[in-house]
Amino acid sequence: MTGTAAEVVGAVTDPELPMLTLAELGVIREVRQDEGGVLVTITPTYSGCPAMESIRADIRTALRRAGFGRAEVRTVIAPPWTTDWISESGRRKLAEAGIAPPGAAPVRAIGPIPISLSPRPTAVACPRCGHTDTETLAAFGATACRELRRCPACREPFEHMREI
Amino acid sequence: MAFDDAYHALTDHDDDARWAYGTGFTDPLAGVPGDLPDGVDRAELATYCLMLGDDALILSHRLQQWVTRAPELEDELALANIGLDLLGQARLLLTRAGVSEGWGRDEDDLAMRRDPSGFRNLCLAERADADFAHLVARLFALSTWRLALLDRLTASRDPMLAAIAAKGVKEVTYHRDYAAQWVVRLGDGTPLSHERMLAAVDTLTPQLAELFHSHPTEIGLASVGVAVDPAALEAEFTQVWTHVLQAATLLPPATSLSGGTSRGNFVAAESSPPGGDAVAAEVSGVPAGAEQGSARPWGRAGEHTPALAEILDEMQGVARSVPGGVW
Ligand SMILES: [Zn+2]
Repeated sequence: MTGTAAEVVGAVTDPELPMLTLAELGVIREVRQDEGGVLVTITPTYSGCPAMESIRADIRTALRRAGFGRAEVRTVIAPPWTTDWISESGRRKLAEAGIAPPGAAPVRAIGPIPISLSPRPTAVACPRCGHTDTETLAAFGATACRELRRCPACREPFEHMREI
Repeated sequence: MAFDDAYHALTDHDDDARWAYGTGFTDPLAGVPGDLPDGVDRAELATYCLMLGDDALILSHRLQQWVTRAPELEDELALANIGLDLLGQARLLLTRAGVSEGWGRDEDDLAMRRDPSGFRNLCLAERADADFAHLVARLFALSTWRLALLDRLTASRDPMLAAIAAKGVKEVTYHRDYAAQWVVRLGDGTPLSHERMLAAVDTLTPQLAELFHSHPTEIGLASVGVAVDPAALEAEFTQVWTHVLQAATLLPPATSLSGGTSRGNFVAAESSPPGGDAVAAEVSGVPAGAEQGSARPWGRAGEHTPALAEILDEMQGVARSVPGGVW
């Protein structure tokens, strides 16, 4: 065997953000090993995230290849996943891949959730040139977790992982 | 292996071969017979989960129908992603409904093997959209309502509903922003876009009473701290609705939104004739006026417009022609 079950599971990469491991994405809640096998508990990023199906399959495959026996992957939805769980190394790798990492998730105040009639004013630095005054092009990008932005300094569009 | 809590009802089973139809989302081994809150009727809880799940499922399908027809590629992506979020919420809620009723039905049985009369979604979720302005008006109304509901549902005594709601709140916050920004962009846009956005809002307004019309299941479960009585959502809805329509320079229709304190009494406005049904009926292939004179269908009680049967014909087509088919 190579490494503990937790190490094997943590090193599996996300199918849609292959530069990130599941550990860096912050979706692994627990890896428990006993004589019956390995029980992995993960948190889905979005309710409808289609990548969760292949993530579960990839975890089982990785454990099997590493010599572990029976593996089971369970999903918990509470507490809900937040981009705050993405690790520092994960954020660095996102930026290196041209995807601006998420800022801090919004803190919920008392009372109704405020509506935003213009793009939420987050200071997102351009991952190419570092310019901080960038603008939203589209609130939803190629996946539910990413928006499309544009940098007025280097004139390049880039993706930003939205805070949730 | 031991199961720690109720959330393990939403688990993976070694069944990833079935991906789009049949998802391996439920784990029959987990069982979870004892995880319902005390003093809650299983059938009532199942019905309530169907209501919220069917809203998401049917609206999701309507949103997918806009893909390849939206004005810009960015909006196709947005509508597809919003639809995917809602489909995810529907899967959780239908799974919960199946577990709660205890007849062994899973999310696919419930989505693919029910007739229109078995669906409990709001009729507003099933409407066809005459144009993009109608779509964003409807999405804005439904997202505003759903966000207010899910926000309160996070305090539900049913841990599963509370968990589903907490996850949904984060998603629907973005859905509401997206739709509201389009309402403002079109309403406060060119004379033509203003006119069409106003027409969409005027069509929609008489249909909003349904949102706050409490069903006995909702009232009963709300009284034991499990559900949210939709009548309690009207004040917050009205505040957001009015704020956005004002930002969009759309004068609210006088019948429901005029005059200081009485602003936004959508239930009272229901007594006015349902002038807005003509557009939806036309789009769904039924002659305008076909519904005139009859009582407005009540989606929560399983009464629907012809638009729902049209959606189910498409959505359930493969499952009906190849029962139990997998790939
Ligand atoms: Zn730049």
